[in-house]
Amino acid sequence: MRYLPLTEADRQEMLAAIGAPSVDALFGDVPAAARLDQPIAGLPNHQGELQVERALSRLAARNVPAGSCPSFLGAGAYRHHVPASVDQLLTRGEFLTSYTPYQPEVTQGTLQYLFEFQTQVALITGMDVANASMYDGATACAEAVLMANRVTRRNRAVLSGGLHPHYRDVTATTTGVLGVDLVTLPADPKGIEDLAAAIDDKTSCVVVQNPTLFGHVADLTPLAEACHAKGALLVVVVTEVVSLGMMPSPGSMGADIVVAEGQSIGNGLNFGGPYLGLFATRDKFVRQMPGRLCGETVDADGKRGFVLTLSTREQHIRREKATSNICTNSGLCALAFTMHLSLLGEVGFTGLARLNHAKAVQLADKLAAAGVSVLNQGFFNEFTVQVKGDAAALVDRLAAEPILAGVPVSRLHPGQADLADLLLVAVTETTTEDDMDALVQALGGKQ
Amino acid sequence: MNTQGRKTTPDVESAAATDVGTYTGNRALVHEEPLIFELDNPGVTGVDLEAAPAVASRLGGLKAREGIGLPGLSEPTVVRHYTRLSQKNLGIDSTMYPLGSCTMKHNPRLNEKLARLPGFGDIHPMQPQSTVQGALELIDQLAHWLKTLTGMPAVAMSPAAGAHGELCGLMAIRAALQARGETGRTRVLVPESAHGTNPATAAFCGFTVDAIPAEANGRVSVEAVKAKLGPDVACIMLTNPNTCGLFEPQVKEIADAVHAAGGYFYCDGANYNAIVGRVRPADLGVDAMHINLHKTFSTPHGGGGPGSGPVVLSDALAPYAPLPYVVHGADGFRLVEHEGEVEQGAQPFGRMKAFHGQMGMFVRALAYIMSHGADGLRQASSDAVLNANYLKARLQDLMSVPFDGYCMHEALFDDRFLKDTGVTTLDFAKAMIDEGFHPMTMYFPLVVHGAFLIEPTETESKATLDQFVGAMRHLAGKAKAGDAAHFLAAPRYTPRRRLDETAAARKPVLRWAPPAV
Ligand SMILES: Cc1ncc(COP(=O)(O)O)c(C=O)c1O
Repeated sequence: MRYLPLTEADRQEMLAAIGAPSVDALFGDVPAAARLDQPIAGLPNHQGELQVERALSRLAARNVPAGSCPSFLGAGAYRHHVPASVDQLLTRGEFLTSYTPYQPEVTQGTLQYLFEFQTQVALITGMDVANASMYDGATACAEAVLMANRVTRRNRAVLSGGLHPHYRDVTATTTGVLGVDLVTLPADPKGIEDLAAAIDDKTSCVVVQNPTLFGHVADLTPLAEACHAKGALLVVVVTEVVSLGMMPSPGSMGADIVVAEGQSIGNGLNFGGPYLGLFATRDKFVRQMPGRLCGETVDADGKRGFVLTLSTREQHIRREKATSNICTNSGLCALAFTMHLSLLGEVGFTGLARLNHAKAVQLADKLAAAGVSVLNQGFFNEFTVQVKGDAAALVDRLAAEPILAGVPVSRLHPGQADLADLLLVAVTETTTEDDMDALVQALGGKQ
Repeated sequence: MNTQGRKTTPDVESAAATDVGTYTGNRALVHEEPLIFELDNPGVTGVDLEAAPAVASRLGGLKAREGIGLPGLSEPTVVRHYTRLSQKNLGIDSTMYPLGSCTMKHNPRLNEKLARLPGFGDIHPMQPQSTVQGALELIDQLAHWLKTLTGMPAVAMSPAAGAHGELCGLMAIRAALQARGETGRTRVLVPESAHGTNPATAAFCGFTVDAIPAEANGRVSVEAVKAKLGPDVACIMLTNPNTCGLFEPQVKEIADAVHAAGGYFYCDGANYNAIVGRVRPADLGVDAMHINLHKTFSTPHGGGGPGSGPVVLSDALAPYAPLPYVVHGADGFRLVEHEGEVEQGAQPFGRMKAFHGQMGMFVRALAYIMSHGADGLRQASSDAVLNANYLKARLQDLMSVPFDGYCMHEALFDDRFLKDTGVTTLDFAKAMIDEGFHPMTMYFPLVVHGAFLIEPTETESKATLDQFVGAMRHLAGKAKAGDAAHFLAAPRYTPRRRLDETAAARKPVLRWAPPAV
């Protein structure tokens, strides 16, 4: 067995040093009735690399990669081009195979990139500070509501109808057990809801996604003012983080907490995980933040270095009084993000966002010209179209071509007849004009 | 987990040379590397994009953003920067990394290769299910292995890590209690030796935490549990093998007592790697247990994550497993995503994560499991336990052992052997760094003083273990001989020497800011 270095002779020598008659004897504390004498039946034995590769490649071949056909899938996960150097660097064993940086002298590499990551996230969200990552955007959203409750000592959160339903559900699941009062507005395909009207003196926060699930974009400044007037916080959710290269930052519009899905930068689709939760806030709230934080300090020689800090918020110190139970986070996804964003830089990040937006406008125009109705006035790289008949059935039909035509709204908001003909269509820099024409052809009424 | 609030600044001002004596401040292979922000060359980029189509912006009247403040770097600069940062890190690839409870074992590269196949890495979570049948089958196959190995009837695959799995398990318990109409069960029993995530999770799930004291032998006794049981107890969260590296001999009696009192048994499965293929948790009376795929099944820790924490569930809890999950029907595999689609009897408690789980980790874990097979998994846990006992046997005459007898996959020592030497566990750990090892977990579990929790794992050879033993004996001898100065000045050969954690927390600097002009 290629991963196991001990020989039978080693084992015997080691048992002799231990003074144990057998390895079985080491398991003497296991109740006799629960001891297994043989490998578990019905499972295959070990296999070589070649055999494992063959078996799993066969499974992989039964999936249609999004990059192998025209794809317009978004709704919280986006296919972007990740530069080759990102993955090459990511697989360096010193990064890949290290643990959480508990011993800072031998993990300055990890700690420095976390410090860079936190700074980049703070810059693009327009906030003061960011943590070292959460599991994904949805869990970050739930944690934001809990944090807003701690900060305001209130217990009612208002969730926009433009919020991704999975984010809504994760938030409801997580906060429900704590008795948090959630006011959930109905799905808002037209982008016309009045969130300010839902705020009262008991509201801890308003959670609003920008762009919304349906692609609508908004200036959140008036909403932030309405929140602050009532002593509530504004939590802004961003599921397509590339939008921050073009849209005004949530911080500049008055957000108190910004949570985002960072997958778009540096990370592949991976069928939904692992992804990267971003979490940023104002300086004054930092001690209420969940998750790890890396901070700057000096070493015994007075040289700059980095350590994990403010850990008195965390489970390993505070146990049941911690701000969150999170321990393992999304470290390596954060590294991929920070490397990709370093490659992009100011020119690349703003350019990438403008390219995504321009291509989306191009597709929206082509669709409109073909008689397909686009619901959005404004959008970033994703918008909602109204198709003839059932959008889910259409998507299934086109998958046979294959064209991955987008995400039918009914898959996220099931059981609502008025949403059944809506389709979310996303465009990124990977979308070609041929891809667009294929979709226009497939959806267009005038062809 | 490595702090009991011990001070981490050196006790004495070391006289070691600060001045490296080179023009650059570099020391050959060890470079002084600035932050990316300090490497900024405005206007430079490492990515060339195609020209955007000439269209008018349609941002709903929002003004397009400028001046974010990101630095400009070319690809060569970026590649060199991160390569240099990597050289300031230790990984399991570099050296033995016996970080107890964290299971730093070899990470096979086949698994990396397979996770990157476009058929796994480049599929979207919302693709039509007909286009992802292989992915759903992979999830189902991994679930089958996890269920068969643990003997449990069901598994929730979506939790993102161990602590997230704990939350999943406790939410299932909460839902089951609610279904029984027993909402008065609000207390969760957690042994003192438990990992911090256990009490944190219980509180995060709305329960109150009641600590069970540890026995003098490092175990939890059924009497201590019984003394705490009552009609308001929801469950016990018991780690087995426990955080002292010991199998709980009374685990079955404890499970029976908890069940008799109407509660559930949540098992923290962080240490499942010690018993895979040798014990099935189902036979111990477990109702829910998370499996850290990033520990037991070797998906890389990546400097802090990502992980994956599937939770196996008993029949009593299976109906409450969260959405989404995979089922096998007449026309292939299907992902159940909504309450309206669930089969008879299922009452999912909600959703844990945006999508279906940590697919990238599933591919790696399944590749690891198939490479080992039933025989290899049993051999791996046997070797892990053998390696730990070997270390314990070879070190117990010089270091102090809080609990007698054989251990499981990790050997626990306390700091009594350092009494009156002026050397702390932390100092000792820093001297191990100079010897070329990553230190063990320190100051955890909390139930012993100045803990050294050493987990070698099965992927270390006897030669490496012998070298490690030699280094530990050398250091223990040095400490006892009164050479505290050796420890207080350690580490000497790292890119940075001891870092001032107190100063970092007192005046937090959590991001780079441009120098004031
Ligand atoms: C005993 C124990 N329980 C729970 C956890 C939490 O697991 P994770 O870090 O995957 O959330 C850990 C890991 O550090 C652990 O060692």
